[in-house]
Amino acid sequence: MAVTGAIFVGYVALHMYGNLMAFGGQQTFDTYAHHLRTFGQPMLPYSGLLWVVRLVLVLSLVGHVYAAFKLWSRADSARSTKYAVKKATKATFSSKWMRWGGVALLVFVIWHILQFTTRTVTPGGDSDSPYLRLVNGFSVWWVFLIYVVALFALAMHLRHGIWSACQTLGWTSSVLSARIVNAIAIAIAVIIPLGFVLPPFFILIGVLN
Amino acid sequence: MRFSLKIWRQPSAETKGSFAMYQVDDITGDMSFLEMLDVLNEGLIARGEDPVAFDSDCREGICGACGMMISGQAHGPEVTTTCQLHMRSFTDGDTIVIEPWRANAFPVLKDLVVDRSAFDRIIQAGGYITVNTGAAPEAHSVPVPKPNADRAFDAATCIGCGACVAACPNASGMLFMAAKVTHLGELPQGQPERASRVVKMVNQHDHEGFGGCTNIGECAGACPKEIPLDVISQLNNDMRHAMRHQPS
Ligand code: HEM
Ligand code: SF4
Ligand code: FES
Repeated sequence: MAVTGAIFVGYVALHMYGNLMAFGGQQTFDTYAHHLRTFGQPMLPYSGLLWVVRLVLVLSLVGHVYAAFKLWSRADSARSTKYAVKKATKATFSSKWMRWGGVALLVFVIWHILQFTTRTVTPGGDSDSPYLRLVNGFSVWWVFLIYVVALFALAMHLRHGIWSACQTLGWTSSVLSARIVNAIAIAIAVIIPLGFVLPPFFILIGVLN
Repeated sequence: MRFSLKIWRQPSAETKGSFAMYQVDDITGDMSFLEMLDVLNEGLIARGEDPVAFDSDCREGICGACGMMISGQAHGPEVTTTCQLHMRSFTDGDTIVIEPWRANAFPVLKDLVVDRSAFDRIIQAGGYITVNTGAAPEAHSVPVPKPNADRAFDAATCIGCGACVAACPNASGMLFMAAKVTHLGELPQGQPERASRVVKMVNQHDHEGFGGCTNIGECAGACPKEIPLDVISQLNNDMRHAMRHQPS
């Protein structure tokens, strides 16, 4: 859970950075998308690195989701009679979003791949230019809304997930280290979703077109 | 003071339970929560009804026998045990919901009494050091640095009450187990069995049917002895070392 989660954190950070290329305009973004595929050539075939990344992500996803559902079912069978009244006193807001938020992210990733990778559903219209696909898609308000919801779930996942992963790896065995890790988790949970939402937002309001 | 009590009644482990409503009058703020239940039970006995069964022993916050869920909080609204909780923490006229710890590893025996012997079996699995007993050795013969001694002492204050399991959304016994792992792991005497201890205790914990820890922190919030969450990181750290250095 912690290791596969760390792979996702690295991936979303790079992906967020790549998406910001949209602010450079069509040429910059399309060149970037092309570079992703020619990366490592001629040592790697066209799209070679991309497929390596996809493979690592899919394997991580399988492991991550398996562990998550295992914990979920263990929790259910560890308390089959629920409390009539139960108050949470110390749990963070984000920690309460992990399970259903994770399911939301899973659904989102499927939607996202159908939209931008396989181009099976292309609200706003398809195009051979990745930049124009982006602009077309996010000119549709409900597409933007789907991404905002997903990014909220991502923020919650990053906030609790980074803390929890460090705790699982045994890196927070003192009060000070726990405080530092929590601060880092909050910072990343703000920066990454914010970086993601900027290009779609500026597309929606018509600044990027 | 006067309270309405909604209490879980269950005649035995095999029978199904349900909530019953009671009224108690003439409660003073200086009474402990258990004394308030004593007043209720005297009334029930006088009326020929079955008194509410609950565990208690020391009534001074050191034995860990007395836990119950009080309006959704393990040991109630204060950071202390149920026996050290006083009725001044409540408002006159309150309705208080009282339930037993809910965890399949802690089966209900009667009313509010649960069987916490799963904790004993976790300790038996590895929460000990192997030494010859006899006269206490000279305390200065094995020096312990002050910070280690302090942390060991803090972790050793766990009284095994089970509030951490009761409060945990996963019903995990991680805080209890990690308190013992940290207590013994900080001391020289705990080193020889350090790696095998954590592995054996975690195996027993999982075998007992406790849930898995997801680092929520409700346990530390409910703990009457304020065992901190960093002991869980310590357990995970020991586990990582154990798996690397002696595969078992
Ligand atoms: C506003 C936010 C986002 C935008 C605009 C965006 C945009 C894109 C685009 C355009 C691609 C296709 C890249 C290409 O084929 O060259 C892509 C791929 C991908 N995105 Fe996002 N994305 C966003 C958020 C996310 C988030 C939050 C996640 C994960 C939780 C994510 C996961 C993925 C994955 C896994 C792929 C790779 C699919 C594949 O090629 O196999 N994306 N994204
Ligand atoms: S860790 Fe705290 S809550 Fe858990 S059993 Fe020990 S004293 Fe009770
Ligand atoms: S009765 Fe001993 S701790 Fe409450």
